[in-house]
Amino acid sequence: MIKDPFSRTVAIAGVGESECGRGIGLSVLQHQALAAKRALDDAGLSKNDVDAVMATDVLGLPSLQVAEYLGIKPQYTDTTITGGSAFEGFVEHGALAIAAGLCEVGLITYGSSLWSDQRRLVEQGGVDPRMPAAQFEMPYGDLSPIAAYALAAKRHMHKYGTTSEQLAEVAVASRLWAKHNPRALLREPITTADVVQSPLIASPFHKLDCCLMTDGGGAVVITSTERARDLRKPPVYVIGSGFSATHLTINQMDDLTLTGAVTSGRRAFARAGLKPKDIDLLQIYDSFTFSVVVALEDLGFCEKGEGGQFVENGRLGPGGELPTNTSGGGLSYTHPGALGVFLIIEAVRQLRGECAERQVPNAQLALVHGIGGWLSAHATLILGI
Amino acid sequence: MSNQRPLPKPDQDSLAYWEGARRHELLLQQCGSCQRFRFYPRSLCPHCFSEKFEWRKSAGLGSVYSFTVIHRAPFPAFREKVPYVLALIELNEGVRMMTNIVGCDPNMVEIGMPVEVTFEDLNEEITLPQFKPAKAS
Repeated sequence: MIKDPFSRTVAIAGVGESECGRGIGLSVLQHQALAAKRALDDAGLSKNDVDAVMATDVLGLPSLQVAEYLGIKPQYTDTTITGGSAFEGFVEHGALAIAAGLCEVGLITYGSSLWSDQRRLVEQGGVDPRMPAAQFEMPYGDLSPIAAYALAAKRHMHKYGTTSEQLAEVAVASRLWAKHNPRALLREPITTADVVQSPLIASPFHKLDCCLMTDGGGAVVITSTERARDLRKPPVYVIGSGFSATHLTINQMDDLTLTGAVTSGRRAFARAGLKPKDIDLLQIYDSFTFSVVVALEDLGFCEKGEGGQFVENGRLGPGGELPTNTSGGGLSYTHPGALGVFLIIEAVRQLRGECAERQVPNAQLALVHGIGGWLSAHATLILGI
Repeated sequence: MSNQRPLPKPDQDSLAYWEGARRHELLLQQCGSCQRFRFYPRSLCPHCFSEKFEWRKSAGLGSVYSFTVIHRAPFPAFREKVPYVLALIELNEGVRMMTNIVGCDPNMVEIGMPVEVTFEDLNEEITLPQFKPAKAS
């Protein structure tokens, strides 16, 4: 019988990273293996308990490759390829699979050696030679994916008057959080002036508007609440999810200021029976400062077009009204190419109360929002204790 | 390879488009059922799903929807070009496409600015449609 996957029937039981940073020296599979081992240790489970493997990107047949490398013979796999939002998608799909009885313990893994491989990857910009973008965007010197987000940010500024200083507030808040995350790559505080005076990469984005490039891996263990209750850590329930893809290529996006987060967020809140005001903390895919501003609008945390003003005065930072990207996120902690798994890991740790100096007091409900591709694929999760 | 500018590789959908560009014509597909134009070229209409279409020569006029000035070259071949303008433009036929805005100072480019097509011959096979500020009418 299929249970309702969003009525606290499915929980995240374990999370872990590999070693994140630059020049780590691990291969893609070694990152995934180390993260998987740590996430299973966190849950108090062994690899023999795992009957579902979910992995994406980087490798030819990722779920099968990861399962084989780890010595797991799964009865359920998922290789959803929606860029950085795939991991929020895995939690949604895993929750449904567990509720339907297809599997009981799902292992979500990610690993990347982006920093070590950056020359190759940056030149491809995530574009396969057979994709239309290879014909209709890359020959123009498209700095992919940065330029796509820059085009959206520029249009948002034109339409709503959003300023570079407002975008910079997102980077400033991220760095204040990172100060309290020993794993974060960049921990020195910065000002909005530092951001807008850093070198232009693709206007309106300066260097400090753009996420880091690192190596790293992460893993999440998801299981039934029945199973999770007896494990090492308190269960973090999956209580809402939603997904929306609006395009792949940036020239195909209808309105560059309005994203699929409108739909994914609405669905996640409806399934959870909650509203934005109920949420205690956010983890939003901060590939760029603008990504956070537009997601806050489209998820309903402020009115459309008011995201720039909304992030002013430290609202997202430590002690602010809406703690966001408390690990330092992609801007200050780590970004190995797909950030989605790290957003989930941080949300789980906050909800368990494990975050020491950066702990958000009384955190009970977290929203996690992944963005994949060129503002293409949006996946929202609502997690709670 | 890394020193080469990325060149479009025409395929079954785009061959006519690139052949047109080589003749300095901007060709767009127009649906034979709903009459809407589409970009990029493909085998059916993304609006009404009809497989009927005709290639039409675009007037090559439009306006800037958004733009970014690229300061960091994605490929070594673009290093001598920075800073350059990467834009999305809306053609009067109702489609949007990526282009550079050439023939003007990057600081002159604005959203809404009228543009017209021009053609950049990259080699004997490939010509890239480009856009420049429209002449005052």
